[in-house]
Amino acid sequence: MQFIDFKAGRVFFAAILGLSVAGCSVPDQPTEIHDPYESTNRRVHDFNRNLDRTIVRPISEVYGEGVPGRAQQGISNFAANASLPSAFVNAILQGDIEGAGQNGFRFVVNTLIGFAGILDPATEMGIPEESADFGETLAVWGAAEGAYVELPVLGPSTQRDAAGRIVDIFTNPLSYALEAPVNALPPIAGAASRFGDRYRFSDTIDSVLYESADSYAQARLLYLQSRRFEVGQTNDDALIDPYEDPYDTVYDE
Amino acid sequence: MTQFTMNNISRRAMLTGVAASFAAFGLPGIARALTPASASTLVTSVVDDINSIINSGRSEAAILRDFERIFLTYGDVNTIARYALGADGRSASRAQMAAFTDAFTHYISRKYGRRFREFEGGRIEVNAAREVKNFYEVRTTARLRGEAPFSVVFLVSDRSGQGKFFNIFIEGINMLASERTEIGAMLDRRRGNLDALIQDLKRA
Repeated sequence: MQFIDFKAGRVFFAAILGLSVAGCSVPDQPTEIHDPYESTNRRVHDFNRNLDRTIVRPISEVYGEGVPGRAQQGISNFAANASLPSAFVNAILQGDIEGAGQNGFRFVVNTLIGFAGILDPATEMGIPEESADFGETLAVWGAAEGAYVELPVLGPSTQRDAAGRIVDIFTNPLSYALEAPVNALPPIAGAASRFGDRYRFSDTIDSVLYESADSYAQARLLYLQSRRFEVGQTNDDALIDPYEDPYDTVYDE
Repeated sequence: MTQFTMNNISRRAMLTGVAASFAAFGLPGIARALTPASASTLVTSVVDDINSIINSGRSEAAILRDFERIFLTYGDVNTIARYALGADGRSASRAQMAAFTDAFTHYISRKYGRRFREFEGGRIEVNAAREVKNFYEVRTTARLRGEAPFSVVFLVSDRSGQGKFFNIFIEGINMLASERTEIGAMLDRRRGNLDALIQDLKRA
């Protein structure tokens, strides 16, 4: 009992930490780019790009071409399934009962009849994953997005999402339930799955990192747009109307 | 006689087709307000073309040419190009703007053609259309093999005189914003030299 309380306390503490970190940034303007740390971020971006070119991309090619497709799929499925309890917890924290139910159902079905999640029968039954993480939970709770930050190794993020990532180290009940050495499997599979993604989306990622005139600005824009879309923080007012741009009027009204 | 009839039929079919597309997309000079249904019809045509292109099994070069045709037929390339160029467009001459629009259309259809080519083996389905501000939003779903379905949204307006799409969102990432950032960075790299940018876009 005391053990459980200690764990719960740690999650609670982490949550408070997350809120206070995200809370100290300037007011949120979710349609704009707030990047006061741009020069530092650009240095981190150069580091990340070098890391990708010299290590991540080459390894992903070996992985993508060397490991059979079905094995890659199994590894990705296993990693995704092992992270579901965290998505379940976050869906509950967000008050998203349907999402929690969906993730809970997926986890039970895939773990029991999908060989510990290596297969994904739940998707075939029409129950796809409802991704949820603590960065999203913070957004639902009303925390501001904060400044854009590019994290070493992990890549584009915001202050809110970075805080969320720290908290998510503690939000997966599975990590408390598994003992060594089995508890090493999900992170290893997760890392392998990342290399698989890097390989699978190689053309798109390469086009941003190596073909864009300003890969930093492009990666920042792509991250913020897709993250705001995922978190559900998009609104009609933010939609660009190119016909109403003051100096962009091609056609007379 | 047979030959004549055939010609007649095919000409009539073609004219009907042309008339139908005018009716659906509107004509310059003919005031015909866009409706959710006609915006949907336009996007359905775009999506049907994309579906047949990505599953045609043709070479990349041929596919990219097909995408350029899609942009020219269904996209408001003047508006997209001018928005991408942003404030720098103000100092451009008419001739420069026309050359930029051509070069930009070539560049963007190759760029987005490559991305859509990755949808090979999948298909896009049109869902719902609704009015937003002064234009229409048509939501579609891309269903690719081995991936969770994702959202592709087209924004359609008839303020060019014809119903045409002027922005595409793939999972929330929109073309206008991305291209203004990209074209701005490309222009900075060329110290603001628009003619140099036009030459490079042509070679894209």
